[in-house]
Amino acid sequence: MKVTGAQALFKALEGEGVEVVFGIPGGAILPAYDPLIDSRVRHVLCRHEQGAGHAAEGYAWATGKVGVCMATSGPGGCNLVTALADAKMDSVPIVAITGQVPTPVVGNDAFQEADITGITMPITKHNMLVKSPDEVARSIREAFHIARTGRPGPVLVDLPKDVLIGETTWSWPETVDLPGYKPTTKGNLRQVRTAARMILESRRPVLYVGGGVIKAEASKELFALATEGRLPVVTTLMARGAFPDTHELALGMPGMHGAYTAVTAMQKADLLVALGARFDDRVTGQLATFAPHAKVIHVDIDPAEIGKNRAADVPIVGDARDVIAKLHTELRRLQEEHGGVPDRGEWLAQLLEWRERHPFRYEQSADGPLKPQFCIERLYEHAGDAIVVAGVGQHQMWASQLWRFEEPRTWINSGGLGTMGFAVPAALGAKVGRPDRRVIAIDGDGCFQMTAQELATSRTENVPFVTAIINNAHLGMVRQWQELFYEERYSQVYLSYDVPDYVKLAEAYGAVGLRAEHPDEVDAVIEKALSVEDRSVVIDFRVDAREMCFPMVPAGASNDDIVLGPEGLKPVKDPQEAPVA
Amino acid sequence: MSGGLHTISVLVEDKPGVLTRVAGLFAARGFNIDSLAVGPTGDDHLSRMTIVVRVDRKPLEQVTKQLNKLVNVIKILELEPGEAVERELMLVKVRAGGETRQRVMEVATVFRANVVDVTRATLTLEVTGKPEKLEALLDLLRDFGIVELVRTGRVALARGDKGIRQRLRKAVGAEQIEEWTGGGV
Repeated sequence: MKVTGAQALFKALEGEGVEVVFGIPGGAILPAYDPLIDSRVRHVLCRHEQGAGHAAEGYAWATGKVGVCMATSGPGGCNLVTALADAKMDSVPIVAITGQVPTPVVGNDAFQEADITGITMPITKHNMLVKSPDEVARSIREAFHIARTGRPGPVLVDLPKDVLIGETTWSWPETVDLPGYKPTTKGNLRQVRTAARMILESRRPVLYVGGGVIKAEASKELFALATEGRLPVVTTLMARGAFPDTHELALGMPGMHGAYTAVTAMQKADLLVALGARFDDRVTGQLATFAPHAKVIHVDIDPAEIGKNRAADVPIVGDARDVIAKLHTELRRLQEEHGGVPDRGEWLAQLLEWRERHPFRYEQSADGPLKPQFCIERLYEHAGDAIVVAGVGQHQMWASQLWRFEEPRTWINSGGLGTMGFAVPAALGAKVGRPDRRVIAIDGDGCFQMTAQELATSRTENVPFVTAIINNAHLGMVRQWQELFYEERYSQVYLSYDVPDYVKLAEAYGAVGLRAEHPDEVDAVIEKALSVEDRSVVIDFRVDAREMCFPMVPAGASNDDIVLGPEGLKPVKDPQEAPVA
Repeated sequence: MSGGLHTISVLVEDKPGVLTRVAGLFAARGFNIDSLAVGPTGDDHLSRMTIVVRVDRKPLEQVTKQLNKLVNVIKILELEPGEAVERELMLVKVRAGGETRQRVMEVATVFRANVVDVTRATLTLEVTGKPEKLEALLDLLRDFGIVELVRTGRVALARGDKGIRQRLRKAVGAEQIEEWTGGGV
């Protein structure tokens, strides 16, 4: 069958089971937008390519499927860069399809030409410039295979206009032949046995659970392992929801703004079992003093992560689900041989005591000012089963701290890259992927303004979600650092409460705009927001700008020096960022 | 960055951009590449790079693991100096007019260099050998005056009867990876 390159593209996308593409058309990608009309693939017309990229990420986070975004050449592709870098850092499987100027003029500085494969080389898992219509189907097949297998990540496929227009004979490659790409998925059983024995013998074990557990769909296996061995669990920012927060073994989030118990448990542990986690500087604090008494079992599908920041006593390369299931089986067998779960009563009691002594704390007085944490806690009480999407900053940390996640893929955020503006478009993508679930974006006022234009997409594509703006009129996290480390010399952090007027802005986008300025108003506003089902809602929570996010391990400091509240901080200059080695 | 010299042999798919990907990984980590030689292999689809880099062992392992992640990289092997044949080719144009010509020719003979171009004022020599041999020759030729020179950079093959694809153990980090995975790489 004769098809054009563009028709081959959509037949290939259909072959990969793609349901939806987030994108914006333009000159070089134009030929692809014609067969789109006849395709069963849905296209969500975004308002900015960055929005399309984050929407593809949100879709991938929420569904576990590969998210797809599409843009034209030059500025279209360039606007995808932030989303691609974000997806690379957080191992989010997305495929970006970009138009390119026709092959005869590639390299000629043609109109809207940019070397997008060159630009995105370090921020994609892989990318490719397709040179012939004959290669379109195979390139798409390879792109999806690479994006979703091994350690997932973004793949970009650049399609010159003449490749889209030119004809080819349709053929769908049944297999993928990539001799240099063979991810190890099965964990070595000998290593697993050694690891299981270390777990059995440890007195103060902690399961250090990272985003890999969610990527590998290993929550069930994790639950079995943790409960079998009565092993306490910390879930990183990337792994919130991998283990139910309401379970007695859940210690919450570790790291710079993590729960005291989660941070301190790792510091005092004699064994860390890292499962799909990468010892990021936001988790370890000062590396030299991180978990000084702990032996390390490191399970990761990416061999380059093992030993990168912290040496592993037992390294295991493999898919988290496979390895955790094997660990569970081995541990159960060992425990049966040794008369059950070892007695770690003292350790578990200590963890419980820390948890009771050092919960997250803030004070909401009845007559105000309105506290950001209060808004988030009330949201949780009203809509605890929602999928929560966050931007980056204080609101993100508070949301991760205070929401109690019960299941994977209900927490979506930008972890590694820390991309402000992630929330609104990612919430759009999440809702497209999970129309059956309520989606709430918890956003900051600074973040919101970076990508708010996707509210228009939400309206015209009929994808309703709630955005709760924790409006403190500031770039709050930067303000917090200036207060703590720059002697309260505030520099370029004030945004204002009412420019723009978020209620009017919401209404202009066809959404419902609501506002709460006083603690009394919060419940009513949330109830009103949740009652709207046919369109998006934006809530402007005007909160106390002075509220700071605690606990806090200052950058570069040891996790032993975790600070519980503003009273615990000595005035210090901005410490050096945590060195990687 | 301090550290010893390491010779790494990288078997790659012959695809556009693969050189940039490999070189980019070194650049992104601030490593200086001493030399990089690339050319076709016995298989039309594959090229082989020989990279000489001055770097400590631990960062080398990390960059090698990152190289391994590149989709177009098939295999990486570190070549230990004693266990590999290393060669480099150099073309050098040296002043050799009048009575110095004979002396330059004598030096060339000692080093088994070929004369590949002659003018009234210069000789161009072609010489192959270990990098140390080329250095020694250059040292002598400097007395006459070097007009210009070009070197290919080092190429190397491991000694013994095995090809790169049968040699997992020698790859930087591969020994570890093999241990972690039970040889499943």
